[in-house]
Amino acid sequence: MSSDSIHQFLIPLSEASLRKGPNDKIVMSSRVRLARNVRGLAFPGWAKKNERVKALETIQPAVESLPQMKKSYAASMDQLSALDKQILMERHLISREHAAKNAGSGIVVNKEESVCVMINEEDHLRMQALRPGFQIKEAWEDIDRLDSTLETKLEYAFSPKLGYLTACPTNLGTGIRVSAMLHLPGLVLADQINQIIQAVSKLGLAVRGLHGEGTSADGNVFQVSNQMTLGQSEPEIVERLTKVLFQIIEHEENARTKLMEDKPKVVLNQIGRAYGAMSNAHSISSKETMNLLSLMHLGVDLQLFPNLQRPLVDELFIMTQPGHLQSTVTEKLGTEERDVLRADILRERLSKVERPITPPTPPSTGEKVD
Amino acid sequence: MLCNICKQNEATVHLTQIVGDKMQKVDLCEACSKEKGVSDPSTFSLADLLLGLGSAQELEQAGGGAEIKCPQCGFTQADFKKNGRFGCAECYHAFAEGLDSMLKSMHKGVVHKGKVPKAIAQTRDVAEKLKKMQKDLDKAIAEEDFERAALLRDEIKETKKRLEQLETV
Ligand SMILES: [Zn+2]
Ligand SMILES: [Zn+2]
Repeated sequence: MSSDSIHQFLIPLSEASLRKGPNDKIVMSSRVRLARNVRGLAFPGWAKKNERVKALETIQPAVESLPQMKKSYAASMDQLSALDKQILMERHLISREHAAKNAGSGIVVNKEESVCVMINEEDHLRMQALRPGFQIKEAWEDIDRLDSTLETKLEYAFSPKLGYLTACPTNLGTGIRVSAMLHLPGLVLADQINQIIQAVSKLGLAVRGLHGEGTSADGNVFQVSNQMTLGQSEPEIVERLTKVLFQIIEHEENARTKLMEDKPKVVLNQIGRAYGAMSNAHSISSKETMNLLSLMHLGVDLQLFPNLQRPLVDELFIMTQPGHLQSTVTEKLGTEERDVLRADILRERLSKVERPITPPTPPSTGEKVD
Repeated sequence: MLCNICKQNEATVHLTQIVGDKMQKVDLCEACSKEKGVSDPSTFSLADLLLGLGSAQELEQAGGGAEIKCPQCGFTQADFKKNGRFGCAECYHAFAEGLDSMLKSMHKGVVHKGKVPKAIAQTRDVAEKLKKMQKDLDKAIAEEDFERAALLRDEIKETKKRLEQLETV
């Protein structure tokens, strides 16, 4: 498929946001990435440009020929505009590093946007499987199958002792990074998020905010992933992360329950204000939008909205990001114009959404609303 | 507190992470944390960052001060120190000395325990089988069980052929 059709190729957000998965109240998505290199070729960061172009010419057809990639979109990074790259990044299909690449690097994405292969990122191959909700084991199985087919078409750089050889020794061995994107407003509101982050990093796993660290993570979205890739098998790594994720989910659920018991007014106040601000704003930043949408998301989870469903919140979360906003208009937008357009879209899309209900609360406990 | 990377600006981003059994701490200024992609969770790894700050020294010292160069791609220790990445798969051989202690600081172990490409797994299995048959043959000869030895010799011949085939693929 030709590269100028990326807009037609990508799934419309209204459709993409309908995807469902287990535990998706808290686990937004699961992802497993494998790093692989082709034997005999210099790693992309060290290869000369003509070597990279040649490597891409070998690797891309091999990837496109996979049965899983039958209906796929493939492009060299220099065929994509800056806006295309930004959109792929906002959909978490490519990394920031890869978005900066040009000739000699490429991508292959399947029709469902469930598999995306980056060619000549830091390694020759960075292939990832994505699934909605808590499905890291399933995502591993997806990418394992794809990898097993690809190894019959390309000879990987592999050592019996060190495993799959990667450009960076931090990815050596399995080359696997298993991660889940979590929505944790309860832990943030209850001020417990830093404790969780510390506990999880003691287990050799990493927790990071979507944009920023700790409590300042935009939209209360956090990514948890394994750090170590050597000395453990893939199923062991998946299993370990699964256990930790179940614990984080439990903590988040407890935090929400406790907040609604102890400080219902604080929670209702924040959600009500988020609704009020977004339904009436005439200019709003991307960061504020993510934070307010996170509260709306929480409101939906707590069944406070009579007629607001999750898909609309999810759709707006991606749609209001800079690249996606820019793609809806032809003229180039500045930051202020983007903030105005974002607010226009939010007002319009939320115009039919009824305000959150006030659930009956036990007699006042003298709780302080801040 | 000054930034660990530029050593000029005030550090405002503080990261702590347990890698292996070591607690590692990095303090960065706004600009360096951006440049290192600390704000992009999909790619940032503290270990990556640390590589540029200290781990690479182990590789450097391992050479006893002499410069090692990868015969395949021309990569040197200095290049590794600068990039925190190797030049090609062969570099893992060229810089094998000092590699283990670096890997220990970032991983659970230093030996791969995961997936093996099928072709390599097959070759490995056949090679192991061949070794065992050689032993059996020695034993048969020692016990003067010539009938069994003749049988094993044929089997070994077959298996060697198979191994050769596997290795040329
Ligand atoms: Zn700095
Ligand atoms: Zn090399």
